[in-house]
Amino acid sequence: MNVTRGFTGRPRVRNDGLPPGQYDAGDDWPVLSAEVTPDLAPAEWRFTVDGLVAEPRTWNWDEAHALPPSAYEGDIHCVTSWSKFGVRFGGASLDAFLDTARPAPEATHVIAYSHTGYTANLPLADLTGGRAWIVWEYGDGPLPAEHGGPARLIVPHLYFWKSVKWIAGLRLLDHDEPGFWEQNGYHHRGNPWEEQRYSGD
Amino acid sequence: MSIKSTTDFTPSAGFTPPTRFAVPGRISVNNLTAATWQRATLTEVRRETPHAATFRFAVPDWEGHLPGQHLMLRLRAGDGYVAQRHYSIASPPDDTGHIELTLDHVDGGEVSGWFHTVAEPGDEVEVRGPLSGFFAWPGDRPALLVGAGSGVVPLMSMVRHHRARGLSVPLRLLVSARGPEELIYASEYGAETTPVFTRTAPEGVPVGRVSAAHVAALLADRPEGGWEAYVCGSNGFAEHASRLLVDAGQPVDRIRIERFG
Repeated sequence: MNVTRGFTGRPRVRNDGLPPGQYDAGDDWPVLSAEVTPDLAPAEWRFTVDGLVAEPRTWNWDEAHALPPSAYEGDIHCVTSWSKFGVRFGGASLDAFLDTARPAPEATHVIAYSHTGYTANLPLADLTGGRAWIVWEYGDGPLPAEHGGPARLIVPHLYFWKSVKWIAGLRLLDHDEPGFWEQNGYHHRGNPWEEQRYSGD
Repeated sequence: MSIKSTTDFTPSAGFTPPTRFAVPGRISVNNLTAATWQRATLTEVRRETPHAATFRFAVPDWEGHLPGQHLMLRLRAGDGYVAQRHYSIASPPDDTGHIELTLDHVDGGEVSGWFHTVAEPGDEVEVRGPLSGFFAWPGDRPALLVGAGSGVVPLMSMVRHHRARGLSVPLRLLVSARGPEELIYASEYGAETTPVFTRTAPEGVPVGRVSAAHVAALLADRPEGGWEAYVCGSNGFAEHASRLLVDAGQPVDRIRIERFG
């Protein structure tokens, strides 16, 4: 593209943690859900792993909390161009849930869905190996409802629309099926380092 | 117009979550159009308020959009630095080969700052879109529009579309601004609009937030098939307004929310 006349942009800060096309949102944490924030109490929350697994399983709040604690400390990246540095989410590693359910050898993809019916698709490989969590803490407190509390999925190495708020479950599949934004023109995988924002990127 | 579907867009077969998504996309989106950057030439700047102005662009290859959709816009600096932002489209669908955006001058905003202090007709930027189908309004259902500040921009595209096409389907707009001088598109509103002023108001007009009474007055007037509600503004406003709507009986699955960010 051509240079935009007279545009200089914000001062350049060398930041190796900033993917291409992203800016540091600082203390802001924009909320971008398309639906009404659900009124979901921890006692009502459930998380199910089913589909192509040896043992379909549903966890309630206490059962999920009984798993070994695990936290993500690092950065998150939203497709709308903001990134947020040095956040902490506490919960349990998704590996702990998947180890119980035991994915079938033919399982390759996952649909993650929320208690509002929102969906996002992910390759199973992006959810294993200590790269995804079910979290209920932000910083030192409970995860706020507008940010997905009581519990959400986080997959911080992908754009954050994949990190389904108010997580209700994962369905393991042997093929890729687009979720909500992926049906609305967004990229199937959403790797911020390759700037996979839209279908065709 | 490349977008013709006027029913809720449901994907073909496949996984269905136990809870149907509250706000399925209204239309299917052309993924090729969404992925292609196009040149847009600024043709006109119109001041709306002390902090907001409308920027009109010629986009010769624009495929058309529906009210409520947005686009992505990018600027490039001499050293290759690129800044990109999502902006709602203010203009209604038409065949002029032009689109309009209304932008707040954000404090320290590198993109809105360029538009408000440097840009002039003839300047070129790049856009891609239209994007996203969930906030689109094809003009088919009664529309209850609730916005604050520049959150009124995508809603105004709906109001203008409603007028331009002479649609008979009911449409109401509840728009919140700090004061009359901050009310974007003030001269364009008609009987469909109720302005609400949060800091200063004209003589005889109360000052306050959008309230349960405002929402009740609109919902009391229920059209056949009910309202499809579209809420746009800051997250704080969106949370407030959507809760008022739910409390007043508007079904959760008929509330679509676009939040700044």
